[in-house]
Amino acid sequence: MKRNLKGSRRVAEKDKDRVSSRAAKGAGMDARVMRHLLRQMLLIRRFEEKAAEMYALGKIGGFLHLYIGQEAVAAGAMSAIREDDYAISHYREHGHCLAKGTDPQRIMAELFGRHGGLSKGKGGSMHLFDRAHNFLGGHAIVGGHIPIATGVGFAIKYEGKDQVVLCFFGDGAVNQGVLHESFNLAMLWKLPVIYICENNWYAMGTPLEKASAVQDLYKKAAAYEMPGEPVDGMDVLAVRECVGRAVARARGESLPTFIEARTYRYRGHSMRDPSAAIYRTREEVEEQKKRDPIVRFQQCLMEQGALDEDEWRKMDKEVTDVVDEAVAYADASPEPPLGVLYEDV
Amino acid sequence: MAYRVVMPKVSDATEEGRLVKWLKQEGDRVESGEPIAEIESDKGVLEMEAFSGGVLRKVIGREGEIYPVGAVLGVIAEPDENLESLLALGAGAGAPPATPAPGPAERAQASAEKAVRPAAEPAPTPAEKVKASPLARNLAAEAGIDLSQVRGSGPGGRVVKEDVEAFLQARAAAPAPTPAAARPPLRAVSRPSPEVEFEERDLSLMRKAIARRLIQSKAPVPHFYLTTEVDMEGCARLREAIGALGDLPKVTYTDLIIKACAVALTRHPEVNAAFMGDKLRLYSRVRIGLAVAVEDGLITPVIRDADRKGLRQIAEEAHELAARARDRRLRPEEYTGATFSVSNLGMFDVEEFSAVINPPEACILAVGAVADKPVAEGGQVVVRKRMRLTLSCDHRAVDGATGARFLQEVKRILEQPALLAL
Amino acid sequence: MAQMAYRDALNQALREEMARDPRVFLMGEEVGLYEGAYKVSKGLLQEFGPKRVIDTPIAEAGFTGVGIGAAMVGLRPVIEMMTFNFAILALDQIVNHAAKISYMSGGQYRVPIVIRGPGGAAFQLAAQHSQSMESYFCHVPGLKVVMPATPADAKGLLKSAIRDDGPVIFIESEVLYGFRGEVDEEEHLIPLGVAEVKRPGEDVTIVAWSKTLHLALEAAEALEQEGVSCEVVDPRTLRPLDKETILNSVRKTNRVVVLEEGARFSGVGAELASLISEEVFDLLDAPVYRVPGIDVPMPYARNLERAKIPTKERVIEAVHHVLYRQ
Repeated sequence: MKRNLKGSRRVAEKDKDRVSSRAAKGAGMDARVMRHLLRQMLLIRRFEEKAAEMYALGKIGGFLHLYIGQEAVAAGAMSAIREDDYAISHYREHGHCLAKGTDPQRIMAELFGRHGGLSKGKGGSMHLFDRAHNFLGGHAIVGGHIPIATGVGFAIKYEGKDQVVLCFFGDGAVNQGVLHESFNLAMLWKLPVIYICENNWYAMGTPLEKASAVQDLYKKAAAYEMPGEPVDGMDVLAVRECVGRAVARARGESLPTFIEARTYRYRGHSMRDPSAAIYRTREEVEEQKKRDPIVRFQQCLMEQGALDEDEWRKMDKEVTDVVDEAVAYADASPEPPLGVLYEDV
Repeated sequence: MAYRVVMPKVSDATEEGRLVKWLKQEGDRVESGEPIAEIESDKGVLEMEAFSGGVLRKVIGREGEIYPVGAVLGVIAEPDENLESLLALGAGAGAPPATPAPGPAERAQASAEKAVRPAAEPAPTPAEKVKASPLARNLAAEAGIDLSQVRGSGPGGRVVKEDVEAFLQARAAAPAPTPAAARPPLRAVSRPSPEVEFEERDLSLMRKAIARRLIQSKAPVPHFYLTTEVDMEGCARLREAIGALGDLPKVTYTDLIIKACAVALTRHPEVNAAFMGDKLRLYSRVRIGLAVAVEDGLITPVIRDADRKGLRQIAEEAHELAARARDRRLRPEEYTGATFSVSNLGMFDVEEFSAVINPPEACILAVGAVADKPVAEGGQVVVRKRMRLTLSCDHRAVDGATGARFLQEVKRILEQPALLAL
Repeated sequence: MAQMAYRDALNQALREEMARDPRVFLMGEEVGLYEGAYKVSKGLLQEFGPKRVIDTPIAEAGFTGVGIGAAMVGLRPVIEMMTFNFAILALDQIVNHAAKISYMSGGQYRVPIVIRGPGGAAFQLAAQHSQSMESYFCHVPGLKVVMPATPADAKGLLKSAIRDDGPVIFIESEVLYGFRGEVDEEEHLIPLGVAEVKRPGEDVTIVAWSKTLHLALEAAEALEQEGVSCEVVDPRTLRPLDKETILNSVRKTNRVVVLEEGARFSGVGAELASLISEEVFDLLDAPVYRVPGIDVPMPYARNLERAKIPTKERVIEAVHHVLYRQ
C-alpha cells in the first residue's frame, strides 16, 4: 500500500528552486574547513553503519535511530558555533553528539550500555549527554527538550553571556504545543536560541503532509515574528552558512531563529523499522540518495581540488579506524557495577 | 473421549500466547474444527479450533491472560464423562500463571472443581485459625501463651494487645496451673538489700497497665471530691440479723454499699455516666466495679445489674469474683464495662481517702473503715458505728450538687437499710 | 522569633534566598506585577527587578521547561505554579525531564529547580482547582516532594529546597496561606527528608501533612479528652520520606492512622501503610488505617466537598477503630 507521496517528491524540486544551496559554491573557502566538514559527516555515517551492525549483533539494545542521510545538518550546524556554545537534541542524536566533539568511544560505550559510556550506561542511544562539550542531551519525548533549550537561552541572557544554543528536532516536533510556547517565549524575551528542524518528511511513518497544515515549516516562525528560513539540509555548506547567520543574530541582537533544514533519512525510523518501505517507496529513497550530502560534497571538493582520491581514501580509513576503536573501547568497557543503579538519581 | 484445550504453538518465535476471548461458553456443545477461542500471538489474533467434538465442560483459561504453549485452557468432553484424572494431568501439563483473586465466574468454577476434586488437605486446626494482631502474637509468644486460650475482643474475635495483657493479668495471680510460663517471678515480698540504695524492678504488664490507665485518668479527668459520714448502726444490725438466720452467705459492709450505690444510681442516672469527648453517655444498666487488691496491683471485677440483684446474690458474686481476682483468673469481660466503682480500704483501718476515677466512668466511691465514734445526738455524746465515704467525680460529667445529691441518697439508704429491701 | 502568616514566611524565604544567591530567580504567572495570585511574591519585583522576578504568559509546560534548561546550565529557578492543578500541563517537563536528566546523564547535569505553588483541596473550587496531587509526584524517582504545614516549616523548607541540587516539588497549602505561627526571622533552614513529631503521644500514631496536619492535631486534642493519647507525625517531606521517625512512633504506639487529602487509590497513604506493615508488622496491634479523600473528583457543593475530604470526625473515628473502640 504505497502511496504517492507528493510532499516528499516535492523536496528535491523545491529545494533546487527555492532553498539556498551552496554545494556548488564552496569555492574560496578554507580547504581545511571543508575537509573537516567532510570528515565529520563521514565519521557520523561510519559510526552509524557500525552501530547498525552492533545492534544486529545484539551489542546494542532498545531503540536505535539512525541518522544516515542527515549528516550535513549536524556537521554544518556545529561548524557554525563555538566550543562553548550549547547544543541539545532529540533521540536521533548520535550525529549531533559526534559533531559537537564528543569522543566516539564514549558514545559507543554508552550505546553498548557500558560503564565507560557518557552516562555510565544509564542513558543509552537516546540519551547522550556530554557536559564537557556542552552537549545537553538527547531527549526522547518529541519536542520535550524545546522549552529546555529555551531555558538555556534564558540563562545565557540572564548571566549576560554571548553564547548561543542550538536546538535540534524533527518535523514531528513542530506540531507539539511546547514548540509554540517556546517560540513565543524566545521571541518575547529575545533569547539566543537557534531552533533547527530537521525536516526528513516523516514523523516516524507519518508523512508531513498528513501531519502539518503548513508544509513550509519555517513559515511557522512568522506567527511569532521570529526570523525563519528554510535550508537544503543535504548541503553542509548551506547549513553552515544559514546557521552562521542565525548565530550572528543570536550573539549580536539576542534573537532566536527557526531554521527548517530539509533533509532525508535513508533508514527506517529505528532498527525496528528496517525496511521503511510501508510508508514510502523504494524509488523515493533512491531518488533522495542522489542528493547524498557526503557524496556530493566529496565530489565538490575533488572538483575544486581541495581533496584528492588518496586523501579521501585516507580520510575514510582514519574514520573507520576511529569507529573500530570506539567499538573496541566499548567492548572492553565493563558493564556498570550495580551500585551505579542508585547513583545520580 | 475427553480432550484438553491447550494453548497452541502458532509461531516459532514465541512460547506463549494470549487467550483473547472464548467463543464458546462452558456447557456449550462444540463440533470438531469449530472455532472455540481467539488466541493472540506475535503473528496476530487467530481462531483456535476444537480438536474434537463434545461439550466445553470446563473453562480454565481466562480471557486476556497470557499462557505458555501447552497450558490447559479448558476441557472438551461428553456431558457425563468424569474429568478428574484429566484435570489432574492438566495441572502438571502446564498450569496457567499465578492466578489473581477469582471473579464471580471463577468462584463458580472453583466450587465446581471442589465437587470434582477429592477432599484435599484436612481442615486447618482451630489453633491455626486464631485471629490475632501481630503485636498480640508477639506478646503471646514472649509470654509463652497459647493464643487459642485468649479471648479476642477485636473484630471477628481478633486477639489484640489488651486481650493478651488481660490474660496475663488474670493468669499471673493463678497458682501456676500449667507448667511455669516464661515470665519473671513476682518479688512483691522481697525487699531491696540494704547495701544498695535501691533496686529497679521490671514493670509487670499489670503494673504498666495500671500506670497507663491512671495517667489516662488523672491527667485529663478533672476530679473533685465529696466526703460524708454515714451512721452504720442500721447496717451493722442488718448484718447481725442476716448472720443469725444461718445457712446464708456472710454479707459484708461492702456488699451493702454496693447495693446502696446501685439503688442510688437508678435514682440518679446522671452519675451512672461517662464523658465521651463530644457526648455524655448515660448508662441504662448499673454495673458496679469493685476494686480488689491483688498481689502487685489491683483489679476491678464488675457486678452487673447490681440494682436488680438481691443482697444475697451480690454477696455471693462479690465474694466469688474477689477470690478469683486474687487468683488472677478473671476473664476480661468480668473486669471491664463497669459504670461506677467502689473501692474499700476500711479493712486497712483507713478512715477516709480519695480514689482515682477509672475512666470512662464518671465516679468512684472510696470507703473508709466502720469505726465506733463519739457523736452528738440529741444533745448527748453517744458512741456510734460510723463510716466515711468520699465520692470522686469527673467534673466534665458530674457537677458538685449532682454528686452531692447522689451521695446523700447513698447515705440515706445505708442509714435506713430497710430501704434496700424495697 | 516572630508571628507571621505562612504566606509571609514563604515570602521571607524567597527574599532571603534571592538576596543570598544571584542565580536564584522567580518565574511564573502573575508573580511580578500582580505579586502572585496568592501574594506570596509581594514586594519581590520591586526589590529584585524584572530580570529576577519574571512574569510569564500562560504556558506552564513552556516556562517550566525554561526553568529546567536554566537549571541545567547553572541557575537556580523557582517556578511558581499559580496552583498545582496547572502543573499537570507541565508534567512531561517535570517527570520526563527535570526528574530524569541527572540520571540519564549519569550525573553530568543536575536540575536544581523548585516548582512551587498551592495545592490541595480549597473551598468550593470544584474538580479542576481543588485537588491533592502529591501522590503523582511522589511516584517519580528523581523528584523531592515537600509539603509544609506551618509557617516555620514553610520558610525553613523552602530555603533548603532552593539550595537543593535536584528538582523539588514544593506544594504549599492554598488554605494555610493566612495561617499564622512562630517563625525564626534569622537564617532558618530545615533539612529536606526530616519528619517532625508535632505532638507526642502513646496510644496511636497519626501521620498527617500539609493541611491535614491541623486536622490531626485537633483530633488528637479531642481524643486526649477521652483519655486517648495520639502522637502526630508530620513527614514534611514526602519524598524522600523520613521512614525512621514514622516507624519509631509506630514502634511506640502499635497503631497508626494515616491522613491524606488526596484520593485513596494509589495514594501516599498506601505507601505508608505498606512501609509500616513491611517494617514493623510484628508490632502492629491493628491494621494501618487510612483516612483519605474519597475516590471521586472534587465536587462543588459545600456538603459534598466536606464529605469528600478527611474531617476531624473521620480522624477520631479512625483512631477509635484502631483502638478497637466503637
